[in-house]
Amino acid sequence: MHELSLARAIREIVEDEARARGFRRVLRLRLEIGAFAAVEKSALAFAFEAAMQGSPAEGAELEIIDLPGRAHCYDCGEEVELAGRLAPCPRCGGERLRPTGGDEMRVKDMEVA
Amino acid sequence: MCTTCGCGDGGQFHLHGHTHGHSHSHGPAEPGLVAVETAILSKNDTLAAANRRALAGLGAFSVNLVSSPGAGKTTLLCKTIAALNGTPLAVIEGDQQTTCDADRIREAGARAVQINTGKGCHLDAHMVGHAIDDLALVPASLLFIENVGNLVCPAAFDLGEDARVAILSVTEGEDKPLKYADIFATARLAILTKIDLAPHCDADLDAYEANLRRVNPDIEVMRVSAKTGEGVGAWIAWLRRGLAAKSLGQAAE
Repeated sequence: MHELSLARAIREIVEDEARARGFRRVLRLRLEIGAFAAVEKSALAFAFEAAMQGSPAEGAELEIIDLPGRAHCYDCGEEVELAGRLAPCPRCGGERLRPTGGDEMRVKDMEVA
Repeated sequence: MCTTCGCGDGGQFHLHGHTHGHSHSHGPAEPGLVAVETAILSKNDTLAAANRRALAGLGAFSVNLVSSPGAGKTTLLCKTIAALNGTPLAVIEGDQQTTCDADRIREAGARAVQINTGKGCHLDAHMVGHAIDDLALVPASLLFIENVGNLVCPAAFDLGEDARVAILSVTEGEDKPLKYADIFATARLAILTKIDLAPHCDADLDAYEANLRRVNPDIEVMRVSAKTGEGVGAWIAWLRRGLAAKSLGQAAE
């Protein structure tokens, strides 16, 4: 449900960039979304299309790049990549994992005209 | 016009200035790829940082209370207000509709501002910033921000609080932390509420704690019944420690 808030925030970023850099249209926009970012990608794609109406990114293609979850394992002491919040440590099988990355939600770049 | 966020009265906010050194348009750009590298919620995060600075300046300690609807946030808050008798405090209440919760808080003897989010599913830093302005907090206050009852969306929105506190009632199921891991992974403290009901619904409190630590090995856990008062003392002591540390930090500056 908060994906609509995210889409509106993306629209503000697009409009700020368009003003600052002087482009009129965004053809393609790439996001980076971490595995722990609490984002439902299909809901974000739906909200993106709706929220961009009347903005330079109306009709733009949206590409979402997945970033892995990362965590510190208290059992083996290593920084590891995790497939999901509940995945065990891929090195030692430990289940005491402190997330250290994977909550990213970024506009990476835009192809503009 | 608001001085912190630049919004009109109740309208959309716009931060002024640009992070990339351009304050004006340079005319039509060359077509091509534009690197942006901007966090989607960067404006929320900027406003959250402003809230955090304002609260630090006051030596105020703030908690963002998150839970599913009906976990007992408001009941626990009313009990907390009574137990903190004499400590300056205020409450920001977030709900989609009604002023029921703010009314309950005021009846309990505390100042409260109600934010109605309409269809919105979470509080954001912009709403909370205005509520902080409206409350005109006295120095060394406790500030309770009761988020919209929702275990999903509030996880993404920093409000500028010192600590996120997740509230989970023992009627919700031991697997709730695993199902909604994001919110529990970002909380400093989890409060298991309604523990007086645990024997009536076969709740396994140790399983709740194990699942909370499974998604957040650093989380503190308390077992509380607002009805009987069990465990409320530990929660009050936790709040007083947080407030003491924060007001000392303010005195040192």
